[in-house]
Amino acid sequence: MELTEAQTTELTGAEIVSRCLAEEGIELVFGYPGGAVLPIYDELFKQDKVKHILVRHEQAAVHAADAYSRCTQKVGVALVTSGPGVTNAVTGIATAYMDSIPLVVITGQVPTHAIGQDAFQEVDTVGITRPCVKHNILVKDVADIAPSIKKAFYLAGSGRPGPVVVDIPKDVTLEKANFFYPKSVSLRSYNTVTKGHSGQIRKAIQLLTQAKRPVIYSGGGIILGNAAAELTQLVRKLGFPCTNTLMGLGGYPATDPLFLGMLGMHGTYEANMAMQNCDVLIAIGARFDDRVIGNPKHFAQESRKIIHIDIDPSSISKRVRVDVPIVGDVKEVLTELNRQLDESSDRTDSDRTDDESLKQWWEQIGTWRSRDCLKFDRDSEIIKPQLVVERLYELTKGQDVYVTSDVGQHQMWAAQFFKFDEPRRWLNSGGLGTMGVGLPYAMGVQFAHPQSTVVCITGEASIQMCIQELSTAKQYRLPLKIVNLNNRYMGMVRQWQEFFHGNRYAESYMDALPDFVKLAQSYGHVGMQIDKPGDIDGALKEAFSRKDDLVFMDFVTDQTENVFPMVPGGKGLSEMILV
Amino acid sequence: MRHIISLLLENEAGALSRVSGLFSARGYNIESLTVAPTEDPSLSRMTIVTSGSDDVIEQINKQLNKLVDVVKVVDLSEGTHIERELMLVKVRAAGKDREEMKRISDIFRGRILDVTDKTYTIELTGTGAKLDAFIEALDKGAILETVRTGASGVGRGDRILKVQ
Repeated sequence: MELTEAQTTELTGAEIVSRCLAEEGIELVFGYPGGAVLPIYDELFKQDKVKHILVRHEQAAVHAADAYSRCTQKVGVALVTSGPGVTNAVTGIATAYMDSIPLVVITGQVPTHAIGQDAFQEVDTVGITRPCVKHNILVKDVADIAPSIKKAFYLAGSGRPGPVVVDIPKDVTLEKANFFYPKSVSLRSYNTVTKGHSGQIRKAIQLLTQAKRPVIYSGGGIILGNAAAELTQLVRKLGFPCTNTLMGLGGYPATDPLFLGMLGMHGTYEANMAMQNCDVLIAIGARFDDRVIGNPKHFAQESRKIIHIDIDPSSISKRVRVDVPIVGDVKEVLTELNRQLDESSDRTDSDRTDDESLKQWWEQIGTWRSRDCLKFDRDSEIIKPQLVVERLYELTKGQDVYVTSDVGQHQMWAAQFFKFDEPRRWLNSGGLGTMGVGLPYAMGVQFAHPQSTVVCITGEASIQMCIQELSTAKQYRLPLKIVNLNNRYMGMVRQWQEFFHGNRYAESYMDALPDFVKLAQSYGHVGMQIDKPGDIDGALKEAFSRKDDLVFMDFVTDQTENVFPMVPGGKGLSEMILV
Repeated sequence: MRHIISLLLENEAGALSRVSGLFSARGYNIESLTVAPTEDPSLSRMTIVTSGSDDVIEQINKQLNKLVDVVKVVDLSEGTHIERELMLVKVRAAGKDREEMKRISDIFRGRILDVTDKTYTIELTGTGAKLDAFIEALDKGAILETVRTGASGVGRGDRILKVQ
């Protein structure tokens, strides 16, 4: 049969999806096939521009795409089928949403004529994902696929980033349309502000130059906005103390003397005390969330002036009223702030920061620091989890290493004891607190950086939530290093039960644990168990020497160790439980 | 405090549920919500009557603006504005009450749209407070059915909500 020219340029919806991904420059798609996405998988099979990574559970596909994005700045892509494929993916999507990670998740849907008929593997994807996406689109016409995918990538990556779901019914992927991938998108209903208001920036400079007890508090926005260099410049120029949130670690070099450590529920004593007692606070790409400032009423009791730079206007004055809001891209605003500060310092020094006050402030911080809030028993005969993280840090210092964590005590110890000097080196679920992200995150990072060392710090409870991914790691020969801090408890749950529930350890003991060494081996990996503090270094060194192997290190740690300092839920930042 | 918020949004499937979902997810009040396409069929105009502290209202405005389908948001209660709501009331109108019902309807400038030997269906337009007052003025036992549209609003004079 001869084809007319018009027909030859027509592609099926599935081909269009595949072509769109290639046009967008996507190298990796994480996913899991199923009925509704079979035509798309068939097209991916036929081409070699976009590589597909097969996971073992859709949740892991989204987590891996999320991690890929976190460590590369690119938009991550996941592909799942309808119904259970989508519901499994929801945890991953919500995790990315809470941490503002740009993702495009393409989901299969039952054929349009079957929508609403309670068809096999049907779920209202747009409805079920609506509260945890930046935007979502149900594509009902094959001609709309390309514009919808373009729009999805644009929305995901611009402004405050976030996940976007594109739901495509199976019949739409089988119909044909002319393929044209738009170069750009313009939406009358979506405009992002990038440049900060210059008048507001001037006001901020006035406050900063007159501050006596200043603090710079920065969050994940610095990482997402690629503004670590600008932040570092600002902090050093001013000589002000700087603290990072859990999501902001690496935004300012942790080994720098101006760094106070992480703040918040498990932040350092000095960071939290400085936050509570400062007279001028500049918050950059951070959102004053409950795990960071504790009770907002308690926080507001101290009078201080607050400058808040954020790309999302709705983050400003949401939990804490601020005095100088600056809406804009943190990188652009900080660049401008730095420029104006340089200009003002060239003028007379009449309005310069009161050097004497700042000196006194640092002295005060020094006394808080001397409290040594992260101390732990270094002579313990049982492995202290903090020691493992500390040794891991010391042995990998200065190397090309990425660290992912799951959620719980080990996550906090990783944040406290691993000193991140660069952005995008630390990946964890800060907002949603999703147990199970650690292993798929490590996979996503290793795919993005095949030559780098990727360590997953986890616990015996979290790791079991996505343990099936050991199989994916085998298939793609990912030489991950898993540091399992195994205390036979859901440690953070146990800690809360000890502090707030009268030592009643309801369902937090991890009974019937697998033999992790054999488990790792059964997947074809290397397993080790370490139960003496003296063996930590040797084990880590051996693991890192096995360049091509995934090594699962099962550290048998102290069951009763707790994370300190701790600000109990609902309390103020200065009401810390200290060790 | 009561606020009346007007917005223009893309007239697309699911846009309404994005707005209503936002209100329920974040725990904001909705007293009433009305929506219909505008003279430009690609846009819908929505009027939401809500209440909350200044902080909550500020967040509602910001969160609405953040929705990708929302083109413009205006808090009408920030300035002078007009609002109107339409109500249909079916009342018992038999025997000695029939005359009285007609009189009350006239006082409130209602229009009787449907008449049977036992009932009147009255149309009434006005602010929410006026409609409340009408209901108050009626004998509770006489009311068979009421249906209200919720408020629609527009700014006075030069206050115009339009996409340029």
